[in-house]
Amino acid sequence: MTNEGARQRIGFGLLLAATLLVVLPVLAIIVLIVTKGWSALSLEFLFTMPRDGMRAGGIFPAILGTFVLVLASISFALPIGVMAAVYLSEYAKDNLLTRIINLAIINLAGVSSVVFGLFGLSLFVVFLRFGVSILSGALTLGIMTLPVIITTTREALRAVPKSYREVSFSLGASRWQTIRHSVLPFATPGILTGAILSIGRVAGETAPILFTVAAFYLPKLPHSLGDQVMALPYHLYIATTQIPGVPENYRYGTALVLVGLVLIMNIAATRIRSRFRRKR
Amino acid sequence: MSAKIKVERLNLWYGAFHALIDVGLSVREKAITSLIGPSGCGKSTLLRCLNRMNDLIDDVRIEGSVRIDGQDIYAGTSAPTALRKKVGMVFQRPNPFPLSVYENIAFGPKVHHLAKADEMDDIVEDSLKAVHLWDELKDRLDENALALSLEQKQRLCIARLAAVRSEVLLMDEPCSALDPLATLRIEELMRYLRSDYTILIVTHNMQQAARVSDDTGFMLLGELIEFGRTTDIFTRPQDKRTEDYITGRFG
Ligand SMILES: Nc1ncnc2c1ncn2[C@@H]1O[C@H](COP(=O)(O)OP(=O)(O)OP(=O)(O)O)[C@@H](O)[C@H]1O
Ligand SMILES: [Mg+2]
Repeated sequence: MTNEGARQRIGFGLLLAATLLVVLPVLAIIVLIVTKGWSALSLEFLFTMPRDGMRAGGIFPAILGTFVLVLASISFALPIGVMAAVYLSEYAKDNLLTRIINLAIINLAGVSSVVFGLFGLSLFVVFLRFGVSILSGALTLGIMTLPVIITTTREALRAVPKSYREVSFSLGASRWQTIRHSVLPFATPGILTGAILSIGRVAGETAPILFTVAAFYLPKLPHSLGDQVMALPYHLYIATTQIPGVPENYRYGTALVLVGLVLIMNIAATRIRSRFRRKR
Repeated sequence: MSAKIKVERLNLWYGAFHALIDVGLSVREKAITSLIGPSGCGKSTLLRCLNRMNDLIDDVRIEGSVRIDGQDIYAGTSAPTALRKKVGMVFQRPNPFPLSVYENIAFGPKVHHLAKADEMDDIVEDSLKAVHLWDELKDRLDENALALSLEQKQRLCIARLAAVRSEVLLMDEPCSALDPLATLRIEELMRYLRSDYTILIVTHNMQQAARVSDDTGFMLLGELIEFGRTTDIFTRPQDKRTEDYITGRFG
């Protein structure tokens, strides 16, 4: 009895230690960024153009650029990813082709992001002549997130109880009607989870945008999908390594804004998701 | 009374497993027909042949003919969607969608384009009235159907079929999730619906078969052993196996 109790306490302690081990670095990062970057935050920092060779002024173009890239890449990847997932899990027969496609998706998820960058450069920038532009960058980022979106969508579709499909068919609904009315609505929250996971990835990646869209410095804001943009992670990279004399709080401020932007977009997406949950 | 459904030499295989063997029966229109038999004898399988739900399972092979209103439902020209509208199914576990009461009933009419927007309210009301749920639920139409009692859910599932004007109701152990009183009330509903619908019910409960049905079929290991008027089956069974089953001398 006491032996059991002791074991239980040891097991509990181990689990708690593991949890702390996971949480601590995250906390440390946040504390570091906030303490070192907080003093840089101001309306000027958030909403004006850089000055003095990016050693002062604001980072507005980079914020806007990252925001635009997230929006553009998700609005490209979400519909395509969802459609592909619906096809794969609701229509495709389990044959060699389907298995190869599944394997490809799994492998796509493991490809390093700089490879996506090179791919985007050769396909979108050079071959399709989109140039170094928002379009090329968003498509590259979108392709990078497709595996996540497809996988989470398939999980979400699989989680819809079999009986919903059965009832729908038994009422005479066609396959498409069943998917449209009895499966997708109930999978929407899960699908949006995939989108939420993608936001952070898209906002934070540097390599895929390096050759496809990101600009070192731009004196004016973008006007069309054909323009280049600055982006937070890339801006952080140059401010840290390429420009001597950038104040420390300016660099950490940029990191703080990046984290904050991802957080805000995640909260917004989570709100949308819970609206769907409540409706059901 | 004429035959609504005529099944002849029906055979079904799940892969290599022969689940229905030379089944033949004719189901009278606007009567209640029950199917009894031990677990695994193929009652649900037979029922699911009548609205082609077995089509959804991989590796199923079906031979023989099933005619409803004289039409072979497995002929190349028949669409399963139209068939399933006409031949509705009530499942063992009440399975409303996690939507409002109203949307649950509107689902079928929408799918079959049966109603304009302004007619839907009437369809919902009529369908709920048909299963004696209207008075209970008329103020709860926007409530999620998952909040209903099991009996109300099962009635709602029947109302869903009324909404698409099904003619045949296939009920696979519709009361097995319900308490005895709810069971009796659903049986009462079945007798009431009998004037408009042809009803087939699978049941493990022999008293239920005896109470509600006009005709009864006894199945064993994929075969329909005996089929006839319920009173005959229960009072003078022709086959020894039927007698053993209804007298409870059977596993
Ligand atoms: N999808 C399937 N694949 C393979 N075999 C199946 C499948 N569905 C049913 N069977 C088999 O077919 C036989 C008949 O099954 P069925 O469900 O029709 O029986 P039942 O009479 O309805 O039984 P119960 O009273 O338990 O519901 C059983 O032996 C069952 O194991
Ligand atoms: Mg069964």
